[in-house]
Amino acid sequence: MKWPGSYNAPAGLDQKRQNAKTKRMDLSTRRFADVVVAEPAGRIDYTNAEDFKSMLWPALAHQPEGGAFVLDFSRVSYISSVGLRVLMLAAKEMKAEQRKIAIAAPQPVVREILEISRFNLILAIFSSVREALAQLSPAALAAYDTVPKRGAA
Amino acid sequence: MKRIRFWGTRGSLPVALTAAGVRQKLVTALRGANGRTFVTDRDVADYVNGLDLHVCGTYGGHSSCVEIETGEPHYVLCDLGSGVRPFGEAALARHGAKAPQTYHIFMSHMHWDHIMGFPFFAPAYIPGNRLCIYGGHAALEGALRRQQSPPSFPVDFSALRATIEFFRLKPDTRHSIAGMTVTLIRQYHSGDSYGYRFESGGRTVVYSTDSEHKLADPQASEAFVNFFRDADVVIFDAMYSLADAISVKADWGHSSNLVGVELCQRASARHLCLFHHEPASSDETIAGVLKDTRRYEEITRTAAPLHVSAAYDGMEIDL
Repeated sequence: MKWPGSYNAPAGLDQKRQNAKTKRMDLSTRRFADVVVAEPAGRIDYTNAEDFKSMLWPALAHQPEGGAFVLDFSRVSYISSVGLRVLMLAAKEMKAEQRKIAIAAPQPVVREILEISRFNLILAIFSSVREALAQLSPAALAAYDTVPKRGAA
Repeated sequence: MKRIRFWGTRGSLPVALTAAGVRQKLVTALRGANGRTFVTDRDVADYVNGLDLHVCGTYGGHSSCVEIETGEPHYVLCDLGSGVRPFGEAALARHGAKAPQTYHIFMSHMHWDHIMGFPFFAPAYIPGNRLCIYGGHAALEGALRRQQSPPSFPVDFSALRATIEFFRLKPDTRHSIAGMTVTLIRQYHSGDSYGYRFESGGRTVVYSTDSEHKLADPQASEAFVNFFRDADVVIFDAMYSLADAISVKADWGHSSNLVGVELCQRASARHLCLFHHEPASSDETIAGVLKDTRRYEEITRTAAPLHVSAAYDGMEIDL
């Protein structure tokens, strides 16, 4: 018997959703002193949450000892419950190693989702990467401030 | 099916409004009325009817009991929480004690909050009434008998004079019962629970309480999407926030408002009804959860809007 249910409704699946293609996540990482900043991009939902996890885990594993981890969410347009679950797993992983994790620069809608799901109570959320680094590591902040920013002349 | 009527909507343990809680509602309502004059009873009624439920009423305190009005002479109930006591009183007030009735009762599981109302269900004591109790558990009858035996309760199960029959239903099979097609799905909850899909007269109601949805299992999610498919109403266990449900309260057997929205949207259901409210939640908290859930539905909407409500004792949904 399948667990927890194996019900098959007489009606067919919603084709639009069934046909939703699994879209591979983009995730780039940068390092500022003892902090790694990972920048995922796009929607994180049930079609690609596992992909998000598989890309995030190596980045978590390559952390400098005792270092913190910042997820720059400026290019994430949406995150669903399965994506939030990956954040929860990442937070547990970091907590087990007594390291800090934070979300930075979420778009307004994503910030709303973090608040509606109450993830704002378990994850530190900052309005920018710089603000996150300022809170987590003076060395990382100093390194960040020496790097030319996107769009800068 | 004509209507859903909620007799008990609280999870885990019944709760009651306190004197301080009533006073606070009065204070809020009076403050809101500042400057108004009430000349007629209609003026008062109009003002009260315009207040939010958490100010002019309460989500209520009885544990799970939901009536589905089918348009047939028999009654259909889901669960025997403390809400079945006022349901039984209403049924007796309607028919009197001398007009035998049939009650079809579908049990999600036998945890205390879902059976505790049965010893106070007056129609069960009246000869001539017929109670057909359905469930997926083999131990259903034993749980109700044990509840009404020493030292738990002073009136033994044998004092119930109605004809009481128990039926074990196989999940994932369409059963014809009481003029409806009834299907069960096994749910993730301590000791298992069962969700019900009721179909009749072109209407579909899903009763899915005490059910945790494991986000790591896409096949299980898909099974529930299929179970909820095109439902007119999905009564859904939204006891915790998502953050709680997948962290400190993981494996406690309950779900969240966000997962309810996502499953219902994927299933093209029309109405999500948040149910099995956390007993520690105030009326204000539940109203806030409802507001948040409606906003999440709006954010994530890709097709027709999903109507979202939060069940309260006494609420009716016309089908």
